[in-house]
Amino acid sequence: MNFREYKIGARFFALALGGSMTITLLMPSFDINNVSATEVAMDKQLWAGAESGFNLDDPFLLGWHKPLKVLLKTDPKTGQPMEPTYAYVYEKGTTFPGGVLHPDNLGGIAKQLSIEKGRIKEASKNVGAVFLVKADEQKHYYIENATATMGWTPEAVEKAAGDENTLHAAAGKTLFVREGCWWCHTLLPEQTQDWQVFGAPPMLGDFNGESPTAFGSDRKAPDLLHVGSRNASKEWMMLHFFNPRLVQPHSIMPRFDYLWGPVDANGKKIDFPKWRAEYNEYREGKRITPPEVPMYARNSEIRSLIDFVLTLK
Amino acid sequence: MLKYLMAKNEDIPPGSAAVYFGFSAITWFVIGTGLGAFNAAKLAFPDFVTGLEFLSFGHMRQVHVHAVIFGWISMAFGMAMMYITPALGNTRLWSEKLGIWNAFLWNVGLSLGLTVLWFGMTSGREYSDFPWFIDLYIVAFIAVPLGINVWMTIIHRRTQGIYTTNWFFGAATFMLIIVFIVGNLPEYFHLTGLTEAYLTWWFAHNVLGLWITPVAAAIAYYTIPKVTGNPLYSHRIGHLHFWSVVVFYSTPAAHHLMSAPLPEWLKSFASVEGVLILVPAIAFVSNILLTMQGKWNMFVENLEVRFTVTGCLMAIPLNMQGGFQQTRAINWYIHGTGWIVAHAHLALLGFSTFLEAAAVYLGLQTIMKRKLYSLTLGNIHFWLLLIGFTTYWVSMTIAGLIQGAGKIYEVPYIDVVIAEHPYMIARWIGGSLVFTGNCIWLYNMWMTARAGTVVPEGRMPHELAYER
Repeated sequence: MNFREYKIGARFFALALGGSMTITLLMPSFDINNVSATEVAMDKQLWAGAESGFNLDDPFLLGWHKPLKVLLKTDPKTGQPMEPTYAYVYEKGTTFPGGVLHPDNLGGIAKQLSIEKGRIKEASKNVGAVFLVKADEQKHYYIENATATMGWTPEAVEKAAGDENTLHAAAGKTLFVREGCWWCHTLLPEQTQDWQVFGAPPMLGDFNGESPTAFGSDRKAPDLLHVGSRNASKEWMMLHFFNPRLVQPHSIMPRFDYLWGPVDANGKKIDFPKWRAEYNEYREGKRITPPEVPMYARNSEIRSLIDFVLTLK
Repeated sequence: MLKYLMAKNEDIPPGSAAVYFGFSAITWFVIGTGLGAFNAAKLAFPDFVTGLEFLSFGHMRQVHVHAVIFGWISMAFGMAMMYITPALGNTRLWSEKLGIWNAFLWNVGLSLGLTVLWFGMTSGREYSDFPWFIDLYIVAFIAVPLGINVWMTIIHRRTQGIYTTNWFFGAATFMLIIVFIVGNLPEYFHLTGLTEAYLTWWFAHNVLGLWITPVAAAIAYYTIPKVTGNPLYSHRIGHLHFWSVVVFYSTPAAHHLMSAPLPEWLKSFASVEGVLILVPAIAFVSNILLTMQGKWNMFVENLEVRFTVTGCLMAIPLNMQGGFQQTRAINWYIHGTGWIVAHAHLALLGFSTFLEAAAVYLGLQTIMKRKLYSLTLGNIHFWLLLIGFTTYWVSMTIAGLIQGAGKIYEVPYIDVVIAEHPYMIARWIGGSLVFTGNCIWLYNMWMTARAGTVVPEGRMPHELAYER
């Protein structure tokens, strides 16, 4: 490398690559970091948890250490009926999402209110916490740590909500990533025509704290960002996941019957070969009705995936 | 090859690392395209192999992508670097042993990485799907050793100047390391939201733009002058190509997220820079095609030249698509459709693969001093690849236009799925042809090593006649 030309060339190369990274990485980071989290972003990061992809809390993407989203109809402390409210339950040992761990991530007024009124800095992973999304009189949204402000413990909130009002949406998002749903379904209605069919495109502050965003890039199937608003039927989802051709004969979606696990809701072993044989008979016209889809068990993986899909409002 | 892992550097025959890389690359190509054909069959016939989690589309798709990018394409690059860098420096590879270890650790790491992806352990970020421990492995045991071997060979060259190919090799190995470290920051530091989404596509754009495209082009800068005997048409145009890749190709990452709520200035900037990618593209294509002056008969007669020139010709539609499809005027129509899938395969299976296949054909014959076993099998490989790819590209482009129309005219989604079905079958047939061609190639190369005619000292393989 003794030529003077190569020394000059190496310096120009550093200048070119450094300049490129300044414009494409440093400058956008100022803009993106100045965005305050919206209500959507707070809700989403609180139900999805810190990380839905590979992480040390859940290395095999099995839905370990994930928060729960619950619908409270009675006050967990007094037991009195209350206005139905969504709460986000982080049991002991569950990592908090980006906005709680790093309030800077919420940005601006949301950060200030979440710290001062919401007391999110008092939340501790060693005890667990319950969070709410609240708004002040001027409709500024913030995160409230209900464990600090009202003394709600994770156990009490889970008990008050009951299993039927508990959504395992965070574990479901992990499945959405693991099973590769996002290779075909996008989570990003486009800003052109899409909003009429698939709902409103997201706004700049709708993603703060969420990871991964799993936008998807190849839309072989409908966008799902607002699917829970279009179709909120658990029964339809159950049939569709077990075998999409049951409800949509032309669908090319894979069957996700393996997410039912070995047993159904009554603890009875599911006989998959028999089901498939009967379904084939139905398809060949030898049966009038398809075989019945087994009801999934409460702790099955498909339950969290359906909870996740129905949470996408 | 494994016996050389513990041998002394001076006891390892020169070129061993390149042979190891070359055969690994072909093997990964067979695996990668086999997975691709399998996945395509699932899109055409959704009940083909059903009910098994680890054979489901969502588990297999990313394994196909990474087997092809990091197994086939990048290991073929490794082969080209182990062979071409010392040849152009009139010297030996800096460390043959490092090269052998590099190829060995590459195969081990990639097998591990693909296995964890297959089991669903993914970061959930397209193209940077590997979990962060695999990313760190790739930097430490794949990219850095490769870079060191290339840079040290260039420094220890016995020629005065550095030829175009080696500028690209030296710069691209460096940029790959930077892109890998920076692009995976969200995983190391848990960055979230739009920062994470944008860095995902910054990585995806730059791993193509600063690694795959320039290295593939650099290979053609060697193959065509070497086999035809013509000097490169213009080193000035080569300079233009090199500098415009660094300046223009590294900047348009945001054009992958034109429909996401990124800052508008960033999208506009990326879109303009995206059109400027035509500068390196046109410089490259014209330089190679003009080098062919007076030797166009070799396009028909010589396998390596035919592969390389076909790849260069495919760079024309590739870059016309790439330059303009990301502008707002066109992107709103084709974003997220099969058009993009067709474009991605035009880049990797069309343009890039054809250039690397030529380098692997040429390099393995030269290093092993064996003439290609069978021209017929070589021709069959070429035509299966070309016909298979063209079937794939045409069918996916049509499917993409159907999807785009369905999107903007708000056709019920299932009608789009029904309309696409014939093209999904065509895609599967195209992919299967490519897979078949690659199986034949692996056999042909294996037989070349075992039974190819010996190339005499001081001769190039293409100077000998074929015997089969």
